Amino acid sequence: MIGFSPRRLWAVVTKELRQLKRDRLTYAMIVGIPIMQLLLFGYAINMDVRHLPAAVVDQAHSSRSRQVIDELHQARVFDFLHAPTTADQAQRLLRAGDIKVILVVPADFEHRLTTDQPPLQLIVDGSDQVVQQAARQLSQFPVRAYLNGQSLSPPAAQVAVVAYYNPDREAPLNTVPGLIGVILTMTMVMFTAIALVREREHGNQEFLITTPLSSAELTLGKVLPFIAIGLIQTSLVLLLGKLIFQVPVRGPLLDLYLAALVFIVASLALGILISTVVRSQFQAMQAAIFTFLPQILLSGFMFPFEGMPRPAQWFAEILPLTHFVRLSRGIMLRGADLSSLWPELLALTVFSVVALSVAILRVNKRLD
Amino acid sequence: MSDNPGSPAIQTRGLTRRFGDLVAVDHLDLSVPRGQVYGFLGPNGCGKSTTIRMLCGLLLPSDGDIRVLDLDIPRQAETLKQHIGYMTQSFSLYRDLSVRENLEFVARLFGLSRARRRQRLDELFQTYRLEALSEQLAGTLSGGQRQRLALAAAVLNEPELLFLDEPTSAVDPQSRRDFWDVLFGLADSGTTLLVSTHYMDEAERCHRLAILQQGELVAEGSPDQLKQRMEAVSLLVETDRPRRAQHALDGLEGVRSCAQIGATLRVLVDDEAALAPVRQRVRTVDPDAGVNVTDVNLEDVFVAATLARARHGEAQ
Repeated sequence: MIGFSPRRLWAVVTKELRQLKRDRLTYAMIVGIPIMQLLLFGYAINMDVRHLPAAVVDQAHSSRSRQVIDELHQARVFDFLHAPTTADQAQRLLRAGDIKVILVVPADFEHRLTTDQPPLQLIVDGSDQVVQQAARQLSQFPVRAYLNGQSLSPPAAQVAVVAYYNPDREAPLNTVPGLIGVILTMTMVMFTAIALVREREHGNQEFLITTPLSSAELTLGKVLPFIAIGLIQTSLVLLLGKLIFQVPVRGPLLDLYLAALVFIVASLALGILISTVVRSQFQAMQAAIFTFLPQILLSGFMFPFEGMPRPAQWFAEILPLTHFVRLSRGIMLRGADLSSLWPELLALTVFSVVALSVAILRVNKRLD
Repeated sequence: MSDNPGSPAIQTRGLTRRFGDLVAVDHLDLSVPRGQVYGFLGPNGCGKSTTIRMLCGLLLPSDGDIRVLDLDIPRQAETLKQHIGYMTQSFSLYRDLSVRENLEFVARLFGLSRARRRQRLDELFQTYRLEALSEQLAGTLSGGQRQRLALAAAVLNEPELLFLDEPTSAVDPQSRRDFWDVLFGLADSGTTLLVSTHYMDEAERCHRLAILQQGELVAEGSPDQLKQRMEAVSLLVETDRPRRAQHALDGLEGVRSCAQIGATLRVLVDDEAALAPVRQRVRTVDPDAGVNVTDVNLEDVFVAATLARARHGEAQ
């Protein structure tokens, strides 16, 4: 080994940038993936339930029953598509999957209002958890109070759920901070996993190893351009998140970028490590997806960390995304700074150092 | 590295490389003098590329000693890399970079200063006729152009020793001639060249040759020496029925090999005593056939050497 030369490192960096400039597809992915994911998670994947297809069986036919149905319709949770006359007809629709919910207004609706009997009945498609949840929310609907002329807001619920930090429980607010991590994982791991294998597949490596280029120079030279790209992606998601979904950054912006930087390095280290193990670009893609899935599922991005079994939690602590999700949510939503989140930053740093060291040791300067 | 100009550029003793059960290179003793074009002749899979890769320090030998430019390989391989050039069998530069960008990248890897880089690139553009192509992407070059670029990259650091692994396999005949002119130019300026090939006409141009078969050295020397030393005689059979004549010679005592070249038949025999029986046998098929002794060429040497080794192997 002839030691480390910044000049050779820079030669690799500029070479990478030149190649990147000509690689239209990668270019498009750098910008395209963040925008697509942000819109996808922001709009399409929404846990708030709206517009469930429903049928209403109004057996009371009174002005009050129509008033209640109309009010429920206004809430936009249900779209009353059908108004069958019997409960049997309604059940057939439910079984066929045309509707998810049946609202039954019994014939003695008016009488029930004066007693303790429940005045309305909801029949739901229990095979869909989301629908069940929505129905449970609706059971809180203050039918009697409403009909007695009282104001609907605040709702007369027994237990008030107060959401801190995301008072309106808007999904994008929760999603965007973690989404930065998901997007970075996806692009950073994939690009770098492919990077070194590509040199080998195209035969470039055989030439490179007869030059004085060292494996550290080659590896770092391939990683550095992607750090810049990762920071650009972070900025893009932050900007679009702010413009489209009004996602705030309550903590120090510099701390957020610092956290992103360390996370980018960890993801790149993982990608480079994959690159030294696999034999082809195709295998590199597969391996990248293989590491991507547990990160997205176990990191707390999609499902609450606390709800997972213990061994899954221990495993999740190894994954870089777990720590970044905590960092980004902490800084963006709770207004925390790095001084209170330093264990997460430390975990990412340890991961990066270990993965990168193993990778550099594995980048062979020989063919065997 | 030039502190000992009298020593050979490459010297190996007992060089061996095994891949599992396969012995790719088997106890190879080589001595390549400086400033010459040294050829590695042999069929595909005879161990040429494996040997070159071990000499560059890209592959570890299973056994044996290697000294290249007075350096102990593989121990001092990193130092060696400053002083050698290597043109790989398949194109190994970046297809998505232009000719200039490729050469610039290599120049920077070798630590050339900005001024020196510009100067060296201009020299290479001239020598290898790349001036007009300098902004073209390497992936869009023709076979011959790509080969000139690869050679330019391999000699960019002005190596003392240049390895070329089947450099002309994807190139038309005119480009091949031009290419060899350039190689001799390099040898004249003091560079040692080690060229592997399976083309006889290329082997003929080398100062010295090593013929390899199944990882073993079966003959070594200058093309003339090899021809003189050959213990066989070549006969030229001129006949209208070369294929039938060839069948007629099957199994005849003293005949080593037979190859049809156009309307003639080239017959390799043990000695001149075989001339009469061959003539007799051929004339049973074609009474007008002419059978005469002809000059030995390098292909005869190659066939004789590899056949002898094959027989030797069977005898064991």
